[in-house]
Amino acid sequence: MKTVFKKPESLTDAQFHYCPGCTHGIIHRLIAECVDEMNIRESTIGICPVGCSVLAYDYFNFDMLEAAHGRAPAIAAAIKRLLPDRTLFTYQGDGDLASIGMGEILHASVRGEKICVFFINNTVYGMTGGQMAPTTLLGQVTTTSPYGRSKDNEGYPAKMAEILAQNEGSAYICRTAVNDPPNVMKTKKAIKKALQTQAKGLGFSMVEILSTCPTNWGLNPLDSMKWLEDNMIPYYPLGELKVKEDR
Amino acid sequence: MEKVLMKGNEALAEGALIAGCRGFFGYPITPSSEIAEYMARKLPGLGGVFVQAESELAAINMVYGGSSTGTRVMTASSGPGISLKQEGISFIAEAELPCLIVNVSRGGPGLGGIQPSQADYFQATRGGGHGDYRVIVLAPSGTQEMMDYTIEAFDLADRYRTPVMIMAEGTLGNIMEPIIVRDPVEKFYDKPWAITGCKGRKPNIVNTLHLASDFLEERNRILQAKYKLIEQNEKRAETFLTDDADVIVVAFGLMARIVKKAVMEARKNGVKAGLIRPITLWPFPDEHFKKVAETARMVLSVEISMGQMVEDIRLSVNGRVPVEFYGRIGFTPNPEEITQQLLLLAEREGF
Repeated sequence: MKTVFKKPESLTDAQFHYCPGCTHGIIHRLIAECVDEMNIRESTIGICPVGCSVLAYDYFNFDMLEAAHGRAPAIAAAIKRLLPDRTLFTYQGDGDLASIGMGEILHASVRGEKICVFFINNTVYGMTGGQMAPTTLLGQVTTTSPYGRSKDNEGYPAKMAEILAQNEGSAYICRTAVNDPPNVMKTKKAIKKALQTQAKGLGFSMVEILSTCPTNWGLNPLDSMKWLEDNMIPYYPLGELKVKEDR
Repeated sequence: MEKVLMKGNEALAEGALIAGCRGFFGYPITPSSEIAEYMARKLPGLGGVFVQAESELAAINMVYGGSSTGTRVMTASSGPGISLKQEGISFIAEAELPCLIVNVSRGGPGLGGIQPSQADYFQATRGGGHGDYRVIVLAPSGTQEMMDYTIEAFDLADRYRTPVMIMAEGTLGNIMEPIIVRDPVEKFYDKPWAITGCKGRKPNIVNTLHLASDFLEERNRILQAKYKLIEQNEKRAETFLTDDADVIVVAFGLMARIVKKAVMEARKNGVKAGLIRPITLWPFPDEHFKKVAETARMVLSVEISMGQMVEDIRLSVNGRVPVEFYGRIGFTPNPEEITQQLLLLAEREGF
């Protein structure tokens, strides 16, 4: 009998704890599929963040390290330098990467650390209950921007892909979304390209993935996808921002 | 064996290389920077990794990552930088990863000054960061010990899977003394927990999150059992003329060498003084105080701080003998002023 569909070997049998409609599960699977397809599971090391995906070490079936809030890129960089033939990635949310970890992410890119960063942007702090993130959109109501984010008070949302694309050390920077099947497939392609960028030793790579948080947005999963399309994609345009082809 | 003239910070850095340290992650700060500079020069040629991190936070997290690969790694800094590293040290302690953290300490609080200081004693010996943890703290008193204790620190770190700190007042980092350069003696420690890629084995996880109450408590009990073992095995101190002493001076680091001179001066003046020099600041060598608590009439703690180790001395003698304190900050007490203190105490107490 021919197997046409199976769970990636790079995922464990543990059940995801994520809320219904959350897109972490999709992205975990995409990363696992790419690692399987590139046959690098036994040399891959993942760093999980602090946030909803803090427990990602239970789901990925390879060596994992759980970082302090925002520090994953520093940890990944050190491991990559000491073990240069391993594949290193960090998995980080918007609070972790764009707020408390702004220093670490920026300098990992500046130094051109040969690591992959999978940045899950859903515009809110999920685990702590829906507080404002650096990526919260103008006008968006969160528990700590109860009157809606304003440019005068909270300032403008951070465009991390654009910021990091400017650095010479960045070899591949792309923004995707997981709101519909075509975009899910594009996200998988970007994840693979990021991993290949690392394999070629070209430099730092990041895929910013626009995601949903139905629980903290107060929307059902379907309306969340629509909210992402109507509000996030216009401000955070999709596509490749930086592609370095050779060293 | 031929001696080589070396600066304390460089002797420490060379000691780390002798111990097999192959990863240094740091951020410049006076008076520790020569350690980073030395490692930047030497590590690449040894196949090691040197990274000047963007901050102390990044540096200690690079140590966290580096140590998780099973490589011997370290960082070095001074007071304000060590404060920033505390979050990471707490993570490393709970993840049970071996590493060396060096504090070539300066005066605080705040930005303070670059004068030598021992005022980070509480920070070093009480854990410093959040949660119930300890780090082994070694206090060298000269350039030779800057090298020797560093070599030993890596061994202790691997043996107990714990961060080890070397605390040296800034002077120790910057004075030069002739020393014997040791031979490499790296013992092999099996590190089946290391994060190296799961080829041929089940995946390893380095993690400090324990959401279940019983597991969180269990993790703490495991750590405490380890700390108890360290307390049993590793308390160290040097004693000098304590047997017949009426007054015991307690000092660590370079301060202890200065005190030694004062102890001899006091004896010339008819005051029977002695010295206890704690070598491990944690675990504190309280055993060494048991006997003197019965025989001495007075204990004097001399520190380059406003009085921190004196609390551990009081806990150690537990009220059996009075404990006095003499300390300065911004200045290192000199032998004459300590001798003066001893003579004054003797006159006041009538011994």
